[in-house]
Amino acid sequence: MSMSTDHPHVIDVSNLSISLKNDNNSIAITRDVSFSIGRGEVLALVGESGSGKSVTALALMQLLGGNLSISSGQIVLTAIDGYSADIAKLGRNGRQIEAIRGARMGMIFQEPMSSFSPVHTIGAQIAEVVTVHEDVGRKEARRRSAELLAKVGIPDPVGALDRYPYEFSGGMRQRAMIARALVCGPSLLIADEPTTALDVTIQGQILDLLSKLKDELGMAILFITHDLGIVAQMADRVAIMYAGSIVETGSVREIFRRPSHPYTRALLEAVPRLGDIDERRRINPIAGSMPNLFEPPSGCRFHPRCPVAVHPRCSLERPPTFGSGGRLVECIHGEAELAR
Amino acid sequence: MSLLSVDNLSVRFTKRSGGVFSRTIGAVSAVDGVSFNIDRGETLGLVGESGSGKTTLGLSLLRGTEPTSGTVTLRPEGGQLEITALGKRDLRRARQHMQMIFQDPYSSLNPRMTVREILSEPLTAGLTDARKLSGAEVDARVVDIATKCGLSVDQLRRFPHAFSGGQRQRIAIARALVLKPDLVVCDEPISSLDVSIQAQILNLLADLQKSLGLTYLFIAHDLAAVAYICNRVAVMYLGKIVEIGPTRQVYFTPRHPYTEALMSAVPEPDPDAPRRPILLEGERPDPANPPSGCRFRTRCRFATELCAIEPPPLREVQADHSVACHHTDTIKLRGALDLRGPVQETAGR
Repeated sequence: MSMSTDHPHVIDVSNLSISLKNDNNSIAITRDVSFSIGRGEVLALVGESGSGKSVTALALMQLLGGNLSISSGQIVLTAIDGYSADIAKLGRNGRQIEAIRGARMGMIFQEPMSSFSPVHTIGAQIAEVVTVHEDVGRKEARRRSAELLAKVGIPDPVGALDRYPYEFSGGMRQRAMIARALVCGPSLLIADEPTTALDVTIQGQILDLLSKLKDELGMAILFITHDLGIVAQMADRVAIMYAGSIVETGSVREIFRRPSHPYTRALLEAVPRLGDIDERRRINPIAGSMPNLFEPPSGCRFHPRCPVAVHPRCSLERPPTFGSGGRLVECIHGEAELAR
Repeated sequence: MSLLSVDNLSVRFTKRSGGVFSRTIGAVSAVDGVSFNIDRGETLGLVGESGSGKTTLGLSLLRGTEPTSGTVTLRPEGGQLEITALGKRDLRRARQHMQMIFQDPYSSLNPRMTVREILSEPLTAGLTDARKLSGAEVDARVVDIATKCGLSVDQLRRFPHAFSGGQRQRIAIARALVLKPDLVVCDEPISSLDVSIQAQILNLLADLQKSLGLTYLFIAHDLAAVAYICNRVAVMYLGKIVEIGPTRQVYFTPRHPYTEALMSAVPEPDPDAPRRPILLEGERPDPANPPSGCRFRTRCRFATELCAIEPPPLREVQADHSVACHHTDTIKLRGALDLRGPVQETAGR
């Protein structure tokens, strides 16, 4: 079952499971992750460290490294140019995935310093993306690069082409990375915590830029973050991930106004807000810590920390999924919660 | 009298050329003539962007980084210590009154020591004025503080690697508190932790403050967390305090354009909150080469000629609320709540 949207889907992920080979066993890192994103839509994939949100993003690009691999599921990309493929069936290398990675799908990472080669100019690194994917000359690639640098708000874009990453500040480097991800006009942009390393005032500028570019270019964005403030500002829809599974999905308003999974509710209760100064509200931490994926809790993985767990049922069986379309919740109380 | 008084404190880092005839070729004023007080039992928040000098200021209070000039005075129970004038030996002893909690609990704990060793070391390292404690007394103190910080006794024999980030931060807090300090400098104590764990640590710090009568300098860039835990807030920009006052006033009726801009940039976890306008263009200037006059003038929409010539002094505009801006009396600024529109009901339930 996948989340439906009103827009034509750019990406449909269904029952994606990723596993880690460790000696002779295989450990499930994510289980049956399903979501889809339509054109011009932003889906926020929210989770804490170890929830599996970043490996899910990497799997979408066939960038899983080391002992990680896709064990089952589908990742169907339908690009704006009509091209369609199940990425899960493509290998990590080869012409097919290379026609997608960097061209029909772009990705921006948290750390803009380590995402650029320090010994090549910014211009060379952006133009390379164009010449690899398209049959254009160096001059045209350079022109396109400068055009994108201008679009992301870098002053003197033509001059910037010949500068090196170390000459850029953190915010400018992140803009350059966005330019590189967008230079081939991708249908899907994956943004993995793109503002975590930046100052708040710069973060605001980058988020504004991403929204503007999304509207202008009509791409879909998978936005990975743990910051609920950014989710509220950026996302159309939200998927909440916990210990390898998506436990709740819904529109951003549904998630913030009527959270139905106990983990989502707990997460919202745990965040301080600026308005609290007057109310003297005491934030409510979630007891315990994230489970170890090597020895995950049985049944529902949230049950050891869950205030409404039903014993022994929640520790014995994986909870059913309730809801339909874009509003799903994986919890035994899901049906009652959604009906409220 | 305040527990801590900081007067005109500066920390300069010089850059030297290489070679035998090395000479100074430049300097960065990481902290530039900063003055403030912290009263006993209160929490002063210190906010600002990276490179504004928050961490350097925190470290220099304990002389973890040597201040270039200025004085730091600490007034523990029944005494007064001029930290900046102390010799090496006295400084070591003074540190029992002031401790620090760091951002990264992965690198601030010795991986070869058990938790029990980590927590007892401050007591046995000769940092205190009191007589040498017996083994049993040390143990009692360690168990007491570990329990207060939410660690169990059987966890004491384990090594740091066996703990999650949140639990490691509890160990770091227990280590800082085992000497019963008056002042604790918390340098981004929650920013490396997961959201659900951040709340645990924030509440732990608040509870310990109440039960042990602690005073905190809370350095953070998360403005909502600062609002949650701090009585007063100081805003830093390029090595200077530009505004300091009660949290409520600084957040809701800021008097410095930079404070307003900082507030405008916090994304509120509420999808119906109107988007705040981004009030700050560009990026901060190079601290090695700060603008003349007011250091914020290059990004300030109110800047005039005067701002380029004369650095604005930090002056009191209301009781306990000081601002360094030439134009603070004539400009109209919006607070955190005006920026986001009417207050929304909280989510959930």
